[in-house]
Amino acid sequence: MPVTRRSLIAAAGIGATASQSVPRLSRAQAANTIRIGVLNDQSGLYRDVNGPGSVVCVRQAVADSGLAARGISVEVVVGDHQNRPDVGSNIVRQWLDRDGVDLILDVPTSSVALAVNSIVREKNKVHMNSSGATSDLTGAQCSPNTVHWTYDTYMLAKSTGGAMVKAGGDTWFFLTADYAFGHALERDTTNFVRASGGRVLGAVRTPFPGNADFSSFLVQAQASRAKVVGLANAGGDTINCVKQAAEFGLARRGVKLAGLLVFISDVHSLGLQTAQGLVITETFYWDLNDRTRAFTARVVPNMPNGLRPGMGQAGCYGAVMHYLKAVADMGVAAAKASGTEAVSRMKAMPCDDDAFGPGTIRADGRKLHPAYLLEVKAPAESRGPWDYYKLVATTSGEEAFRPLGEGGCSLVRS
Amino acid sequence: MEDLFGIPAPLLFGQLLLGLINGAFYAMLSLGLAVIFGLLNIVNMAHGALFMMGAFVAWLLLDKLGLGYWWALLLSPFIVGAFGVVLEKLFISRLYKLDHLYGLLLTFGLALVIEGVFRNEFGSSGLPYRIPPELAGSWDLDFMFLPIYRAWVVVFALVACLATWLVIEKTRLGAYLRAATENAPLVQAFGVNVPRMVTLTYGAGVALAALGGVLAAPIYSVNPQMGSNLIIVVFAVVVIGGMGSILGAVLTGFGLGIVEGMTKVFYPEASATVIFVIMVIVLLARPAGLFGRA
Repeated sequence: MPVTRRSLIAAAGIGATASQSVPRLSRAQAANTIRIGVLNDQSGLYRDVNGPGSVVCVRQAVADSGLAARGISVEVVVGDHQNRPDVGSNIVRQWLDRDGVDLILDVPTSSVALAVNSIVREKNKVHMNSSGATSDLTGAQCSPNTVHWTYDTYMLAKSTGGAMVKAGGDTWFFLTADYAFGHALERDTTNFVRASGGRVLGAVRTPFPGNADFSSFLVQAQASRAKVVGLANAGGDTINCVKQAAEFGLARRGVKLAGLLVFISDVHSLGLQTAQGLVITETFYWDLNDRTRAFTARVVPNMPNGLRPGMGQAGCYGAVMHYLKAVADMGVAAAKASGTEAVSRMKAMPCDDDAFGPGTIRADGRKLHPAYLLEVKAPAESRGPWDYYKLVATTSGEEAFRPLGEGGCSLVRS
Repeated sequence: MEDLFGIPAPLLFGQLLLGLINGAFYAMLSLGLAVIFGLLNIVNMAHGALFMMGAFVAWLLLDKLGLGYWWALLLSPFIVGAFGVVLEKLFISRLYKLDHLYGLLLTFGLALVIEGVFRNEFGSSGLPYRIPPELAGSWDLDFMFLPIYRAWVVVFALVACLATWLVIEKTRLGAYLRAATENAPLVQAFGVNVPRMVTLTYGAGVALAALGGVLAAPIYSVNPQMGSNLIIVVFAVVVIGGMGSILGAVLTGFGLGIVEGMTKVFYPEASATVIFVIMVIVLLARPAGLFGRA
């Protein structure tokens, strides 16, 4: 095929829009500008639980922070890590080395989150993780540059797993997404099941990403005669599991599903008819109280595909609100100069935002706020669009998350 | 209870059956690919995206027009097939004289565009699509629960594959098709409108993909990435069966479904790769594929 001038120009144009470069600012401008890099899955199976919705919530936090009125400008850049640690690491290195980004935010997919965690520490910037799940971020791999905001595998395991065992589900079989997140969630849940006298009868590691048929694994789970099938996966994987479990009649044989990480967009996608009765844990639900409803009303007009914000996206809002409060307190120059200083300042200040209410950040980087055990409503109980959950129980932040001394974090003096 | 290879026999039978069901999807998709490659010499990377479109059209028919599963089974292949005809006319027909690689790149690009548009419009977590009430429920075979819908998928896919094979091998139209594959100018000289036949063949191959999509909609989450999850595996199936071999595509599709199902029992971590391992071995031993002619 001959290469014409026109095709060359077109190709260059596409290349320019596709690259994640940031416009350069003059030195005077840059000194008073905070740059936030939102790194998440913009195009794959986790897109609806973080993706563009997270960006909308970040922009809302920037607007709500009121920093513009004080002469501090905040820029938001977005990167798609495609759930691959190599892609995520490259984007973060470019952002930190070349583009002057100060805060790396969101970072779902635990394998990517752990890779990003060490880069941000090495460059002394700030990593606020909202949608990543592995509890290692505040445990064995904790860092003075990291705050883990929304949830983690320990909290999910304790809340949902503990509730299932209490309700009589004392034998378990796991379907585990075969990567860091799934392994951590299976490990943490197993500990709780065993501690409360239950038994784990087996587990299968399911390929990730790209597996859509779980029927074979569900039949294996059924054959194990376990009372509970624990879904140590998320997003599209969980949706397919729940859908196919209904098809294969697991519920009719008395087998309960434990969705260990389920987001409201997953429930929306499944429909209440299929999802009803699922017991799940979230730290944010739009219809919890007046503040969460007010926050939701502000972001909904900008949310993609008519979605309501889920906890991962709300976590981006809360994290940025708190970070910008610390920046205003310590000054832009000091916040940009040292990530560890910015994180220590955040740990010293009480948190309070519309999505999560009052809370604190612990020495190991763990953000503490209540966890809500929720049950998905039956279609007849739902009073309107997105009215999906019944609140079953509320656990305080101190109770919900792993005790400070048990994580093995080197930042904690025993 | 008897054990086979350390696995209870009932569980093994259940897994064989499930493998067969997945094989039905592989067979339907690879059949379309094989037909398109056989006649057009195009490696149709957009096949997965068109499969996904088939499922989405079924959802749209239900959501916007209130037309249920049975209408979707009829209409969706036509609608997506017509879209395929437009694609062929506008883009693909320009590439027949070039190397395979150009067709592959073009259709790959088209797949990315189609998926991107659907993702932008509908998000990534997918849309609910219920099993039609006539096929809901399950049979309690002694060794497993078999959802009636899955049995329907296998039977329907077998019939569709058989019908396609009969059309190509046993009818006059099929004879023209095969002749055009061998020597297009000569067939044209006999007064057959070859370009139109090529366009319609592409449309038919695409319609088969859409039919697969409608069959998949009640089982899988209807989401934009459902096709890209499948397409690479289906390509491996076509390569193993032999590019352009209709019977090869169908038999390999069902066979590899079963192999994959067995892997899910014995070593689940490898179930995503086992087909590619087989592909490597087959390519080394028989580069033209199991049923291909070198």
